[in-house]
Amino acid sequence: MPPLTLGLMTLPIAAGLAGTALPAFGNGGAGIEKLLAWPGLPKSVALSIGTGLVSTLLALALTLLILAAFAGTPAFARIRRGLAPLLSVPHAAAALGLAFLIAPSGWIARLLSPELTGWQVPPDLLILNDPLGLSLTLGLVAKELPFLLLMALAALPQIDADRRLTTAATLGYGRIAAFTFTLLPDLYRQLRLPTYAVLAYGMTTVDMALILGPTLPPTLSAQITLWMGEANLTMRDTAAAGAVLQLVLAVLAISLWRVMEIFTKRALIAIAFTAPRLALIDRPAAFIARLAALLITGTLAFGLAGLSLWSVAGLWQFPDAWPEEITLRTWATAGPSLRETSATTLIIATGATLAALALALACLQAEASLHLTPTKRALVLLYLPLLVPQIAFLPGLQMLALPLGLDGTVAAVMAIHLVFVLPYVFLSLSGPFRAWDGRIATAAATLGASEARIFWRLRLPMLTGPVLTAAAVGMAVSIGQYLPTLMIGGGRVETLTTEAVALSSGGNRRLIGAYAVLQLLLPALAFSAALALPLWLWRDRRLMRGLG
Amino acid sequence: MTLDQGLILDGLTITLGDRRLVALSLAIRGGEVATIMGASGSGKSTALAAITGTLPPEFRRTGRILLNSKDISDRPTRLRGVGLMFQDPVLFPHLSVGGNLAFALPAHVTGRSARRLRIDAALASAGLEGLADRDPATLSGGQKARVALLRTLLAEPKALLLDEPFSRLDADLRAQIRRFTFDRAKAAGISTLLVTHDVEDARAAGGPVLSPLGETLPL
Amino acid sequence: MHRRTALTLLASLPAFAGFSTKALAAEWDSILSEAKGQTVYWHAWGGDPKINDFITWIGDKAQERYGVTLEHVKLAATSDAVARVLAEQQAGQTDGGAVDLIWINGENFAAMKSQGLLYGPFTETLPNWPLVDVAGKPATVTDFTLPTDGFESPWAMAQLVFEYDTAWLQNPPQSIDLLLEWSISNPGRFTYPQPPDYLGTTFLKQVLYGVMADPSVLQSPVDDASYAAQVAPLWAYLDRLHPTLWREAKAFPQNEPALGQLLADGEIDISFAFNPGRASAEIAAGTLPDTVRTFVLQGGTIGNASFVAIPFNAAHRAGALVIANLLLDPEVQARAQDPAVLGFQTVLDLQSLSGEDRARFEALDLGVATLSPADLGPVLLEPHASWMTRIAQDWTARYGVAQ
Repeated sequence: MPPLTLGLMTLPIAAGLAGTALPAFGNGGAGIEKLLAWPGLPKSVALSIGTGLVSTLLALALTLLILAAFAGTPAFARIRRGLAPLLSVPHAAAALGLAFLIAPSGWIARLLSPELTGWQVPPDLLILNDPLGLSLTLGLVAKELPFLLLMALAALPQIDADRRLTTAATLGYGRIAAFTFTLLPDLYRQLRLPTYAVLAYGMTTVDMALILGPTLPPTLSAQITLWMGEANLTMRDTAAAGAVLQLVLAVLAISLWRVMEIFTKRALIAIAFTAPRLALIDRPAAFIARLAALLITGTLAFGLAGLSLWSVAGLWQFPDAWPEEITLRTWATAGPSLRETSATTLIIATGATLAALALALACLQAEASLHLTPTKRALVLLYLPLLVPQIAFLPGLQMLALPLGLDGTVAAVMAIHLVFVLPYVFLSLSGPFRAWDGRIATAAATLGASEARIFWRLRLPMLTGPVLTAAAVGMAVSIGQYLPTLMIGGGRVETLTTEAVALSSGGNRRLIGAYAVLQLLLPALAFSAALALPLWLWRDRRLMRGLG
Repeated sequence: MTLDQGLILDGLTITLGDRRLVALSLAIRGGEVATIMGASGSGKSTALAAITGTLPPEFRRTGRILLNSKDISDRPTRLRGVGLMFQDPVLFPHLSVGGNLAFALPAHVTGRSARRLRIDAALASAGLEGLADRDPATLSGGQKARVALLRTLLAEPKALLLDEPFSRLDADLRAQIRRFTFDRAKAAGISTLLVTHDVEDARAAGGPVLSPLGETLPL
Repeated sequence: MHRRTALTLLASLPAFAGFSTKALAAEWDSILSEAKGQTVYWHAWGGDPKINDFITWIGDKAQERYGVTLEHVKLAATSDAVARVLAEQQAGQTDGGAVDLIWINGENFAAMKSQGLLYGPFTETLPNWPLVDVAGKPATVTDFTLPTDGFESPWAMAQLVFEYDTAWLQNPPQSIDLLLEWSISNPGRFTYPQPPDYLGTTFLKQVLYGVMADPSVLQSPVDDASYAAQVAPLWAYLDRLHPTLWREAKAFPQNEPALGQLLADGEIDISFAFNPGRASAEIAAGTLPDTVRTFVLQGGTIGNASFVAIPFNAAHRAGALVIANLLLDPEVQARAQDPAVLGFQTVLDLQSLSGEDRARFEALDLGVATLSPADLGPVLLEPHASWMTRIAQDWTARYGVAQ
């Protein structure tokens, strides 16, 4: 990757980390002292590690189980169609949908009450914000499983999955055993960085933790955000110390995960030597996989449907399953701010995405024309913004941006979004870009076409589909950003996500619903456009529509 | 080895590591079709890559490539004036048949209608009248092969390289397209280098037949 | 600081007040012309759509009357804005600051004032200032026992009232002790926002008023020596209350709207708000059933005022002054008191208003659930801000990191 892009991605992170470390260790270590004196520290640290590890483990295990049970079968296409759209759902919207669904006064309880439960009033059950972080874990699993599954799907063809599975099957292996022994090691090698990103995110998420996570105390990342917001100035160095601790924890957790990888690998090799066919576990495994996929799709789908319903609900008392009336009052009264916020969100997302597309295409084109092969180190650097916890470097970046007058503008938010949008856009685009038939370029060059002409007239138009998909991914990532918008936007730049999360603490379900619906709608529209536009554009080009 | 018009390979050798893949000295006059024959993996296509200028960097080349007395060994592909046909037609799937041909048409043919006329004339000359607006994916195999050749020739190359261009065609179509290609190349007075593993192709070419390492092969 | 205090004193002397009227009017005119065309960034908590709508309305008025554009920067917590100004001060940014106006009071005001983060005194320059009921509503110039010294201008009065649904509950408990007894016999039906949330801490202070041997000490700063003994009854009270709370006090709503939502969802029977008109307004908006009513505690409930302040480095100071003045306009105040809009209590002295302006207030239908000013009972003054900080801190140490 060219140095400019690399610098663009690593410089803000490095600067931010430095900006965080300075106040954390400055002032004679006062921040660290106060952090250590905070009575909630052990529990919030345990929560961060616990929810992060457990949610990642579950999401990865279920992803692999679904792949093992169904890869290559017709059922798999259905599961994939169900899960893929969930990828575009912003974390905050998913968390809010889940919250609306499982709360004691949530939709599930309303649907079952009073007939099945006898509840006339919501039961006094601690489901949301539970002290063990179970609902946070569930939310994380639901949101990260589609991500890991789609990353795995991209990897499967590269490792010749179908033929390996067939070979193992002819040797008498069950599906699960065949998958585990012939595919898993190679597949996991490709899934490793995405998994680390999921782990780092799960440990340090702020928006999901604020909505679903415990409050007595909250997770470390949520507490850092609260400290950052406190009037009491001296809490800032506590927050900075916490951010440094968060970074250390993330590094530790990833190291722990690495150790677990090594032991799992050894165990697998040892077991594989005894060649267990394990055909009997196929059916129960398939059942669990199907159940998990159904549960996750269902949870998110119903949660999001619930959000939409609240946005048009009049009075809706417990235990009514439906609102007394459907009204557009919320949309009408909040119309102007909804419109304005959507516009800001779209402007930022479009700007960041266009910049990311330009950079990603420039990198890939440079790589192609200079015959560079992508190195593993470049890949790690690409993942850096996804691996380094946002909460560890954004506070520092905010403190650095302030004296330069860089914060609080739409342009600054766009720039910080670019840091997070670029990796996703690059990952989404690089596969199709590199897979492009190089003979086309050779043929065109022998026809006298320059490199620029080949790029603009052939490569880029032929990659319209993948470019649009990458753009939709970029839009979805930008729309979903909470912490970068909050910190660098300095509260002056409002997007649908910051508004939805700010409202979530207030509990106005109708307005939250309206913001969340828009949060869902914008990425969904982007993805629909990415699917529909090439079909329309190439309506007279069979090959471009993937038809033979 | 002197030749004013035509393609000359002057002591062209290509090595990968310490393995020598190509060693050719050859002069092809305008309108002549020379053939390089060999099994797959024998370096035939590597020789073509050296002539088009698309040799991957891990290969090492020595010797010169001359076209119409000019040394083109180190020129960029697009400035060499060397046309190339693949095994597959490699038509641009997002452009119409006419769009594919227009892409090849040199810039000195100016004006929309003039360019359109050239394209229509080219199509008509190959029995493909009225196909300009068609999606290339809807053409038959023979039609695609002819469009590909037309496209290559419209760029007005001074040499033509054929990389097993007939191997994917049915037997009867094969002879037809082969004759069409050679006739067109001869008519245009272009030096043509055919790479094939098929004896029939080499025989039909009618020129010298060499192995990638320069031995003359009997037919 | 000395000079500033002296000036304030001087300006507040009646003789000088009369002398300076003309000068003030001229000064205000120049402020108005400077403000024209400015965009004022008002950092205000954005968690309540009705307040947000009201601020939008204010913006329309400001544009219409003075050509000032108002941008509502919606905050999750007021301290976000405080932290921002503080960061700017540390970065040496003495003008062109991002924050023009802050909705503020109590602890945040105390913090900003003591660190020199505020512009002022400015309230006396506001033409509408004489309408404020400084004598009848001392909370308009005393913020958590701290004299405002003209560094913040009030725009709404608030008083703690309790809300309950008559469909479930007929005789609500009307004292802190009765509330405990009631919660013990009705477990899981009461809770309060998690301190350091403002409303949650206010509940703790209300409990302090109910259980302390001598609540008058609340008007002085916390005295470290006697603090532990003074607040011991509070912890004893909470130790008994918590096991009976919603979710057994293993989780708390995070703020006032979240608490209100619990009442709307029927998860709790008694809730409370810092706004006597909230229940009526929510009924009018169709988000609370019309069986909800309000009550206050015997002996009174805590009340205070909401203020706006201007940071020392505000980029659009003139515009901010215009907005602060507009907020004291009788028409604006009457609209804020309308339960269909906000239901906030006015800071103005109705007697000092013109007949026309007074009629605006008299025409208001306070709403089915709102107590009349007489029934609202006595207003207890906010304790010194140090109590709030200290109690919130100790609460977090005791209950905020559950077992």
